[in-house]
Amino acid sequence: MDLPATPSPLARVAPTTPGATSERTQARRETLKVLLRRPAFIIGCLVMIGWIITAILGQRITPYDPFNSFSGGHLPPGSGHLLGTDRLGRDVLSRVMVGSRDVLVVAPLAAIVGVVAGTLLGLVMGFYRGLIDDVLSRLVEAFLALPVILVALLTLVVLGSSPLVVVCVVGILFTPIVARTVRSAVLSERQLDYVTAAKLRGESGPFILTREIFPNVLGPTVVEMTVRFGYAIFTVATLSFLGVGIQPPSADWGLTVSEEYTNMISGVWWPTLFPALAIASTVVAVNLIADSLQSVLNE
Amino acid sequence: MARFIGRRLLLSLVTLWLLATIVFIIANVLPNDVGRTILGPFAPQESVDALNEKLGTNRPILVRYVDQIRGVFTFDYGDSFVNGRPVLPQLADAIGRSAKLAGLALIITIPVAIMAGLYAARRRDRPVDRAIVLLGVTSSSIPEFVTGTILVVVVGVQLKLLPVLATPPRNADILTQFRFLLLPALSMAIVYFGYIARMTRAGTIEVLQADYTRTAAMKGLTTAQTMRRHVLRNALIPTVAVIAVQIGYLFGGIIAVEKIFNYNGMGQTMLSAAQRKDIPMLTAGVIIIGVVYMVATLIADLTIAWMNPRIRLDAER
Repeated sequence: MDLPATPSPLARVAPTTPGATSERTQARRETLKVLLRRPAFIIGCLVMIGWIITAILGQRITPYDPFNSFSGGHLPPGSGHLLGTDRLGRDVLSRVMVGSRDVLVVAPLAAIVGVVAGTLLGLVMGFYRGLIDDVLSRLVEAFLALPVILVALLTLVVLGSSPLVVVCVVGILFTPIVARTVRSAVLSERQLDYVTAAKLRGESGPFILTREIFPNVLGPTVVEMTVRFGYAIFTVATLSFLGVGIQPPSADWGLTVSEEYTNMISGVWWPTLFPALAIASTVVAVNLIADSLQSVLNE
Repeated sequence: MARFIGRRLLLSLVTLWLLATIVFIIANVLPNDVGRTILGPFAPQESVDALNEKLGTNRPILVRYVDQIRGVFTFDYGDSFVNGRPVLPQLADAIGRSAKLAGLALIITIPVAIMAGLYAARRRDRPVDRAIVLLGVTSSSIPEFVTGTILVVVVGVQLKLLPVLATPPRNADILTQFRFLLLPALSMAIVYFGYIARMTRAGTIEVLQADYTRTAAMKGLTTAQTMRRHVLRNALIPTVAVIAVQIGYLFGGIIAVEKIFNYNGMGQTMLSAAQRKDIPMLTAGVIIIGVVYMVATLIADLTIAWMNPRIRLDAER
C-alpha cells in the first residue's frame, strides 16, 4: 500500500517524467505537512509506535519475564509490581507490554485481506456495471446483513480457531464493506473525461481499471485501509475475549481480559483493567490516524 | 408508496435467501464432516457415522440445502444438536431479554447523540465541535467489552453505584431491572454514540449549506423554525440509515457485553452453543439477527422515503 506519507519508491528510483514526479512528491510532502500539524494524528502515531516497540523488544525491556516468572497471585499494584500480578502471579505490566504482539500481526493482515479483495471487487463492480454489478451488489447486501462477530464465532467453531482462520474470516467479512466504498468512488470517476479518453484510445478494461482509475481512488482506499485496521483490532480483540480468537498461552489483551474478568467483582481489577486500557489506547490511536487521513485527503 | 414497499420487500427476500445460503455454506460445506467436527479428531469412525446418521448430516448436501432454505422461510430453524429440540422456541426468551438490553441502549444513545451532532454542526470548527468529533471517534472505536470492563471497575467496583451483574432478582420491578441493565446498556450506548453523532453532524452541516436553508433564513423564519421545518427533516436522513445499519453491529457487541455482565440473553446462548458445537443454534442466531437487520433497514428506508419524497419517487421509477 502506497501511503501518501512515504514518497513512492518509483518516484525516487525512476524519474521518467521529472516534472510530473516532482509535482507528485511535492503534493505528498504537502499532505504530510498538513497531517503533521494535526495533534490527533501525531498522538495516534506516537501511541502506535510505542506499542510496536514494546511488542518487538518484548522480554528485553519488560521488568519481569511475562511468561515464566511466577510470584504471589493477584498482588495489588505497587509492591514491586507496578501494575500488580495476575492470578498465576505473573507481572501485569510485563504481560501488557507484550500483549500487542498477536493482535498487531493478525489485525493488519485481516485488514489487508479485506481491503485488497474489496478494492478488486469494488473496481470491477463500479467499472463494468450491468449484470455483474447487480449480482455482486445483492451478494454484498447479504454479507452486510451478517452480524460479523456471530458469523466469525460460527466459522471458528466449524473450522477450529487458528490465527490463519481468524485472518481469513475477518478479512472476508470486511470485503463487502470495502467493496461498497470503492464502488461508489469508481462510479464518480468513470464518468470523467480521462476515462472516456482512455476508452477512445482503445485501452482494455483491466488497463483502464488498474492504471487510470485505481490511482485516482487511492485516497479513499488508503483511508479505508486505516479504518478497517481499527475495526480489525476491535473485532479480533472481541473474538479473543469470546475465546475463539487468539489462544493461550499468549499474553493477548482480549484473551487476558477474558481470563481475568470474573475476578473484578471481588475487587481484583488490575489484571483486567490494564489490558482493557491497552486495547482502548490502540483502537483510539488507529482511529485518530484514520480520521486525520480522511479529513486531510478529502480537502 | 405501495409499489416502493413491494419492490423493497422483494429485494429483502432475495437478500434473505442469499444470507441463508452463505450461512449454509459456512455450516455445512466448510466442514466436510459435521460429526467429526463435533466429536473431534480422536473419535472412532463408528461414533462419527452414528452421529451423522442421527443429526441427518449424512444426507446429500442438496437435500440439506433445500431443507434449510425452506426452514428459513417457514420459521423452522432445525433441531439443536445438543438436546434435539427445535431451536427457535429455545431462543425466544433469550431474544426477548437481549432486545430489552439493546432497546435500552438505543433509548439512551439516540437522543443524546442526535443532540450532540446538531449542537456540533451549528458550531462547526469551534473547539466544542472538535471536542464532540473527537469524543465520537474515541467512543465508537473502543470495543464494548473494554468499555464494559472500565465501567465495571470504576462505577461498579470502586464507586459501588450500580450492580456489576446484569440479571435482576426474580420478579424485580421495572426500576430495579433498569438499575441492573444500566451498566451493560451504557457500554453499548457509548459505542453507538460516536456513529450517530458524527452522522448527524455531517448531515446537518450539508443541509445548513444548502440553498433552501439560506432562502428560509432570508424570508425571515426564526432559527428554530428553519431548523424544525427545513433542516432536521433532511439532515437526519443519513442518521436514520446509520441507526438501522448499526443494529446488526449492536447485536455483535451484545455477545461480549452479556459475557462481561453475565446476562442470560441471546449472546450467552450463542456462546454456550459455540462451546458445545451446536451448529443449528448458531446458524439460527445468525439468520435471526440478519432478519432483524433487514427489517431495521427496511423500516429505515421507509422512514427516509417518508422524510424525503424525492427519494420515494426516484425509487418508484
